[in-house]
Amino acid sequence: MQPFKTLDATTVVLPTTDVDTDQIIPARFLTTTTREGLGEHLFADWRFDANGDPDPSFELNDPANTHATVLVAGRNFGCGSSREHAPWALLDYGFRAIISSEIADIFFSNSLKNGLLPIRVADDILAVLLEGPHRVTIDLENQQLSVFDADDRILESTFPIDRFSRYCLLEGIDPMGYLLGQKAAIEGFESARTPIRSE
Amino acid sequence: MGNTLFDKVWDQHVVVPETDDTPAVLYIDLHLIHEVTSPQAFTVLRERGLPVARPDRTLATMDHSTPTTPVRSLADIQVVGPAAAQQIEQMQKNCREFGVSLRDFDSNERGIVHIIGPELGATQPGKTIVCGDSHTSTHGAFGALAFGIGTTEVGHVLATQCLLQRRPKTMAINVTGELGRGVSAKDLVLAIIGEIGVDGGTGHVLEYRGPAIEQLDMAGRMTVCNMSIEAGARAGMIAPDDVTFEYLKGRLHAPQGSDFGRAVEHWRKLKSDEDAVFDREVVIDASQLAPMVTFGTNPGMVTAVDAALPAAPGDGSWDRALEYMQLEPGKPIAGTPVDVVFVGSCTNARLPDLEATAKVLKGRRVADGVRMMIVPGSQAIKAEAEQRGLHEIFSAAGAEWRESGCSMCLGMNGDTVDSGKLAVSTSNRNFEGRQGIGARTVLASPITAAASAVTGEITDPRQFLGEHA
Repeated sequence: MQPFKTLDATTVVLPTTDVDTDQIIPARFLTTTTREGLGEHLFADWRFDANGDPDPSFELNDPANTHATVLVAGRNFGCGSSREHAPWALLDYGFRAIISSEIADIFFSNSLKNGLLPIRVADDILAVLLEGPHRVTIDLENQQLSVFDADDRILESTFPIDRFSRYCLLEGIDPMGYLLGQKAAIEGFESARTPIRSE
Repeated sequence: MGNTLFDKVWDQHVVVPETDDTPAVLYIDLHLIHEVTSPQAFTVLRERGLPVARPDRTLATMDHSTPTTPVRSLADIQVVGPAAAQQIEQMQKNCREFGVSLRDFDSNERGIVHIIGPELGATQPGKTIVCGDSHTSTHGAFGALAFGIGTTEVGHVLATQCLLQRRPKTMAINVTGELGRGVSAKDLVLAIIGEIGVDGGTGHVLEYRGPAIEQLDMAGRMTVCNMSIEAGARAGMIAPDDVTFEYLKGRLHAPQGSDFGRAVEHWRKLKSDEDAVFDREVVIDASQLAPMVTFGTNPGMVTAVDAALPAAPGDGSWDRALEYMQLEPGKPIAGTPVDVVFVGSCTNARLPDLEATAKVLKGRRVADGVRMMIVPGSQAIKAEAEQRGLHEIFSAAGAEWRESGCSMCLGMNGDTVDSGKLAVSTSNRNFEGRQGIGARTVLASPITAAASAVTGEITDPRQFLGEHA
């Protein structure tokens, strides 16, 4: 996966709260057996009308937002299904980071494992970001988020992230290698367990 | 300070403790896999030249994109469309090549993944159970720690039988009182989600406890734990008791003979200590609940079926949801015309759910213009329901009786609700378009669904219950 170190980008704002993964990528597109190409169907039922034409009222279809790579969303983004197709679709579309005041657990975990940075911010910071689009800079090493209005920095904040996840993102690695490296401990655990059965 | 049920199960599975720098390595006792969220994980194994570490701890089935019409030959799979059929064939190939036993179309053990785990006795108290599916929380009904994971993590478990996890927080949901007549486990969990909200459980493992929980049968407990994820929770758990042990006794993968008694001795210790402290506690009075239905586009937008719809002035997302549902605040939801009724899914497709449905449908007809589809949770449930003659009651009422699968819960296999149509469903999600593009979903219990099918409008089921129900 692509390492995440710093990002200087513009945001697109999707103010809706509780955006579920069925909206991010509807179930009918989950019949795929690969990770590729899902960006085409990102937010399919919000982006396109019944005829398959782009709905001009949907935020991602606004020509001003075409180059945005940071999605600012209402509270509780990514709730619902565990489908990893959701971060795959967001990444394939071009997003590199998601910012909200609450991001659902499984979506959060799935995003980290694919190089999509999920950032949880306080309600008052989200309130500022929802006024966007803005230019933002993200420095993952130092966990710094800065928000700009024209050339003025209007907000600077740190954001929390688990150290191990930060390391994996900075290096662009999936933790599979780390887990495989625990082989001896895992085998030791398996052999030391008392099975609940007779001898 | 004592330990919670969660603490006990977690602590027994820590291979390497967590530190500031690294998450815990957590051992997984049972890995459930299905055709939708596993193919890319098998691809990673192939790329890295890795085997499946423990095929004996991997339980594979097909449920999401499978037809609910009979499959007697390869050609019968094609009804779901070429992509879904290809996904099914890929699952068969992956299991064959990696030595994982698959509950295939010719298996009477096939069914929805969260139904067959318990049914086969593979789900047991104290186990850690994961699956690439958010409703894995279902298995917590047995006192297991069970949670949904993404496909990358499916790969981790296939390759190592372990996951990297940070310890979640705990929340007790104390349910006092007794559920009233016609008020089921489904109504209870919808009320809980309404109370704590769709993100109220984020970062937490819930433990449901109290007299109303203890009085539930295993099907009801599974319904409650199943929807923990709809409150945003990592998992939901219920301490095992005699009801749990009685359910498991004699099942295929449960300990047999004298081993069973020894297992029960161990399982009895799996409950929160008197002095255990939860990060958060919530109290719900079961005796105050009516049958519940959802009215919006997430499972937290829920109301008593006999109440008027609440309003939330100034909340754009709320307004958007009601507009989508074509419902108005201040008006009662009962009486709203229904187009489709779906009884099924990992939430409510077990035998007691089908029996409750049959009780309402017996001697009655599904209203003109309403399509009712009843999809059993597994092939075993289908067989047992037919042995009891339930399918004859369903057919006589004019309902469709299908093969097992996820079906219309998420509409991946072509079982969908048409745009604009209103479906009363016993499933778990009323998200926009969940059951089909533009479909409007109202979540409800099996008896509310059945009563609504008979009248053709959203209906309080209590009027359909006999005196002794």
